[in-house]
Amino acid sequence: MARMTARRALLAVPVLLAVTLGVFAIAAASPFDPVRAYAGDAGLTASQQNLDQIRHNLGVDQPLLARWWDWLTGALTGNLGDSATLRAPVSQVIGERIGWSVLLCALAFVLAVAFGTLLGVLAARRRGGLLDRAVTSVAYALEAAPPFWLGLLAVWLFALKLGVLPAGGLTDTGSEVATAGQIARHAVLPALVLAVSQLPWFVLYVRQGVGDALEEDPVRGARARGLRERTVLLRHALRSGLLPVLTLIGSRVPELITGALLVETVFSWPGIAAATVDAATAVDFPLLAALTVLATAAVLAGNLLSDLLYGLADPRVGFDG
Amino acid sequence: MADPTPTAAAPVTWHRRSTHTAARHRTRSLRVRTSAVLVAAIVLAVLVVPLLVPLDRQAVDLTLKLQAPSWAHPFGTDEVGRDLLLRCVYGLRVSLLVGVVAALAAAVIGTAVGALAGALGGWADRAVMRAVDLCSSVPHLLLGIFIVAMFRPGVWPVIISVALTHWLSTARIVRAEILSLRSRPYIDAAVSGGASRGRVALRHLLPGVLPQAGLAAVLMVPHAIWHESALSFLGLGLPAHEASLGIMVNSARSSLLAGDWWPTLFPGLFIIVPTLAIAGLAGAWRERLNPRRRSELML
Repeated sequence: MARMTARRALLAVPVLLAVTLGVFAIAAASPFDPVRAYAGDAGLTASQQNLDQIRHNLGVDQPLLARWWDWLTGALTGNLGDSATLRAPVSQVIGERIGWSVLLCALAFVLAVAFGTLLGVLAARRRGGLLDRAVTSVAYALEAAPPFWLGLLAVWLFALKLGVLPAGGLTDTGSEVATAGQIARHAVLPALVLAVSQLPWFVLYVRQGVGDALEEDPVRGARARGLRERTVLLRHALRSGLLPVLTLIGSRVPELITGALLVETVFSWPGIAAATVDAATAVDFPLLAALTVLATAAVLAGNLLSDLLYGLADPRVGFDG
Repeated sequence: MADPTPTAAAPVTWHRRSTHTAARHRTRSLRVRTSAVLVAAIVLAVLVVPLLVPLDRQAVDLTLKLQAPSWAHPFGTDEVGRDLLLRCVYGLRVSLLVGVVAALAAAVIGTAVGALAGALGGWADRAVMRAVDLCSSVPHLLLGIFIVAMFRPGVWPVIISVALTHWLSTARIVRAEILSLRSRPYIDAAVSGGASRGRVALRHLLPGVLPQAGLAAVLMVPHAIWHESALSFLGLGLPAHEASLGIMVNSARSSLLAGDWWPTLFPGLFIIVPTLAIAGLAGAWRERLNPRRRSELML
């Protein structure tokens, strides 16, 4: 297992290198000019000499590969450049914000797994029944619904109509210190919406897994032995039916990141996903590049987790990959 | 509720399964028919309505701003007094157009790459599939945001961003299909009949994968619409005058915070309903193509 982890970590290095190179190549191909953006309105009246000086200072007069290499060697020493919009080093921006994103995603993930399993089992118990059809239809509709739209409707209902939860941010307006209670209250809506956007996948896969397991021989045997239906469902069908779902959990990281990008923006959650959107709006390349690489690393880690779980759950697989 | 029906005996199981299947079949055909009607209605609406009611006539009328849904305005009016139903139809038109073009582009890229990898085989195949794995390790929306941020504003950056992030699954499907076709006897027959490599690829392999590729393209349309609305909602998508559904949801935010729900609710429904309708139709098509994979999930 340790060997597989090490192997995959080594394999991740060329992938991350290629992604950084790709990011630099896209930026180099784009019509966007960092010098113009840096100079702003002053760029219209500045002399060509000044503009060239800025170009040189920013390092964008270098060829693509040289810039990439500079960035890479800097990144290895923890220097990811400076974010122009947030006026801070990129590493500091990420350090300050990543905790909030992880908190939000972890909450949402736990909620989605818990409710997904519950609803999936309930639906699988009687496939084709009323409950199953209701759960499946709602799941497909939610799968199609954009998370930002769900978030806005949740704000309307819970913050405006019922007035029970805050509409966004991390703390109350005018509050100087962030207390745990305030943060918890502010985290409820974003975490719920993110969980709901991930929920359909879990529900449908658990339903499929448990439903298939219910038609297999071990379950038939358990029923023949006269075990209670609950025991059959929870101890036999759920156990074997949940296995494929558990092993796919790691592969949900990209969807989680996609959801977080939208949900954090709607709720002004101070995480890195919202910062990504801000960075994109302002074409803040250093920040955007670092966050893209970070997200790729997260996806690779998720894939590794998937394979490890698979090996753990099913000893026949082994850790060769 | 314990289920008393004995399931151990084979004949009983068969009986139960067949009634199950019959019920499922009924709901399925109902779903397919509803989807077909919806898709037809949507296509008709986005094609015909703009001919009958030009958007220019949707002049701003501040005396009518933010009217709740009524008979005159079934979806209500927006923050400058324009009819939301009409704007939703226009928004869907923009979103569908972008979605269809992007999905087509993604399908063409995916088919070309997948067919090349599958037909060439060997190290070329391995290299191409490595690249596909590489691309799929960057989250779609994030890569899309990055591309759009670097090339915006405009319609084309959005289409390119969606196409460049969505060809991966098509490439995988087409490659797998080509690999399975390559071992069929009729390909052997063509090769031993003296057909050139190119001829085998173009005349014998490619037509065999076209149904799968077409299906992938159709299934891609809702994804593309979803993607475009997300980008537009974030303010990174289409330019503001191309009123797509995502832009409508975004510009409704201020009225939502003032308590008016309808400018937000209806554009979102206009994203969900076409998605479900297209997915329903594509699902039926898929069952026809590979009936054995019927129980597979459609996500």
